[in-house]
Amino acid sequence: MLELNPQSIAFFIFAAFTIGGGLGVATSRNLIHGALYLILSLFGGAGLFILLSAPFLAAAQILVYIGAIAILIIFAVMLTRSMTRLGEVYNRQWWLSALVGVGFFVLLVIGVILPVFGNLDPNAAPLDVGTTMDLGIALVDGNQFVLPFEVASVLLTAALIGAIVIARDRD
Amino acid sequence: MECRDIINTLAACLQEGGMNPGLASFVQILLGVVLVTLAPLIIVILLIWVERKFAARIQDRIGPNRVGPFGLLQTIADAVKLIAKEDIVPAGADRFVFNLAPIISVVSVILIWAVIPLSPIHIGVDLEIGALYFIAVGSIGTLAIMMAGWSSNNKYALLGAFRVVAQLVSYEIPFVFAILIPVMLAGSMGMQDIVEAQRGMWFFVLSPIAMIIFFLSAQAETGRAPFDLIEAESELVAGYNIEYSGMKFGLFFAGEFVHVLTNALLLVALFFGGWLGPFVDQVPALGFVYMFGKAALFYLFSLLLRNTLPRVRIDQMMNFNWKFLVPLSVVNVIVVALLLQIVRALGLAPAPELANDFVANLPQAVILLLGNLAIIAVVLNMLRNFGRSERPAEAAAIRKDEEMLPAQAAH
Repeated sequence: MLELNPQSIAFFIFAAFTIGGGLGVATSRNLIHGALYLILSLFGGAGLFILLSAPFLAAAQILVYIGAIAILIIFAVMLTRSMTRLGEVYNRQWWLSALVGVGFFVLLVIGVILPVFGNLDPNAAPLDVGTTMDLGIALVDGNQFVLPFEVASVLLTAALIGAIVIARDRD
Repeated sequence: MECRDIINTLAACLQEGGMNPGLASFVQILLGVVLVTLAPLIIVILLIWVERKFAARIQDRIGPNRVGPFGLLQTIADAVKLIAKEDIVPAGADRFVFNLAPIISVVSVILIWAVIPLSPIHIGVDLEIGALYFIAVGSIGTLAIMMAGWSSNNKYALLGAFRVVAQLVSYEIPFVFAILIPVMLAGSMGMQDIVEAQRGMWFFVLSPIAMIIFFLSAQAETGRAPFDLIEAESELVAGYNIEYSGMKFGLFFAGEFVHVLTNALLLVALFFGGWLGPFVDQVPALGFVYMFGKAALFYLFSLLLRNTLPRVRIDQMMNFNWKFLVPLSVVNVIVVALLLQIVRALGLAPAPELANDFVANLPQAVILLLGNLAIIAVVLNMLRNFGRSERPAEAAAIRKDEEMLPAQAAH
């Protein structure tokens, strides 16, 4: 049974941010407004991370997604001013993206939410919540995630060098 | 928790007075939030007076001197004027975004105050990820300025907003690398942990380069001279805030003034021992005095820079960041991390039980300081060689221009 405690109230507020922001992104005709709704949605996601006792992920979400990526999106949109007041649907593949979105949602419902119903164990042991230090150690521990971490580093370095090569003067 | 005094254990005292425990802790948290939020807004009233008096003295004027003693109440009179002014929204502006931008601008700065340790026991909330938190929250300020520039429907405002992205996003990189040093030295991102770790030795001694980079990039993050290209009056009329009037215009400036003080406080907390000082453990309230006293020095230094240096050009500013500050900050992180590991491997690091002892910290501090001085020596040498090769080239270019002039006049 759902209890009405501060955590659940906060959860519903952040969930409303996330879903409302997502709806705003999909329905907004103004690309800047769409980008701002995206920020609202990402902010709601950061709030959910805090409720899940993952403050590091929440701060990273705000720093990387809102502080960098969303600002880059807004910057790109601002440079193309005619795109800010779209009157017509010009992308003919909207049904394809809708299909993919709905399909992914159904997948999530089946994979994540369905197992929770039915066999919800009230005496289940609480999950072992890791700290930021655990996260840091896991990323450099040979037995855990050092390989994906290093692969991601190589990928980012490659992207960085690629950007420099593309942006460089030909002479 | 039991009721000892009304300030530090308010919830326990309310409970003894017969209040519901849940409500009592809610009241305590609410009061804390209100206090932490209001403090910077009240301090800013004084800061504006300090700024105006300081600028006036540098420009050989007297400054505000009519309203109240020493003109102290001038800002309050100004605030009344700003509130009473007509609220103008330009035609074609995006009304909602236009009104939201100044609010976000102030909120993004005030949120940082939640993690600033003001004394051993007075901190909004001692987050485990304090240092990361204030970087993340501070980055929202960029968004506010972009929203203001775009929604104004004005080309100068938009140009100002473009400069913001170039400036704030670029200077965030050395800013973050500089914060990495105290986090590495303290072994924690919590702000109280970082301050506590400086009992033996301030981190300024261990890595002066990081402190200087932090100060310079913080100066750029707040858009203060010599990096005030965001609101360059002579080039962009005003910049992103050109269409704003009344208190909404005032909010941007309130946010900027608070941000300068906030950065001074962060600088003190990260590199100058925060609230540490004599007798602070016996009388925690002394922490406020030390914290704000140290921060005031850096605040005044920032004002001095603002009022005496000319504005740099945008290409100079970007070159300074990407070709100087970013490489320097990366090298500094690598050198400090390497030396720290060497010090620990050699057993020169202070033992955990001696961490607060000045003498036990000396070997580690000396080695790290020497590493930093070596970087400074190499950098100064490189700058000298660069200057030597650059100056003749520039002189030659000027000579060539001068030779061209009479030829053109003859035409």
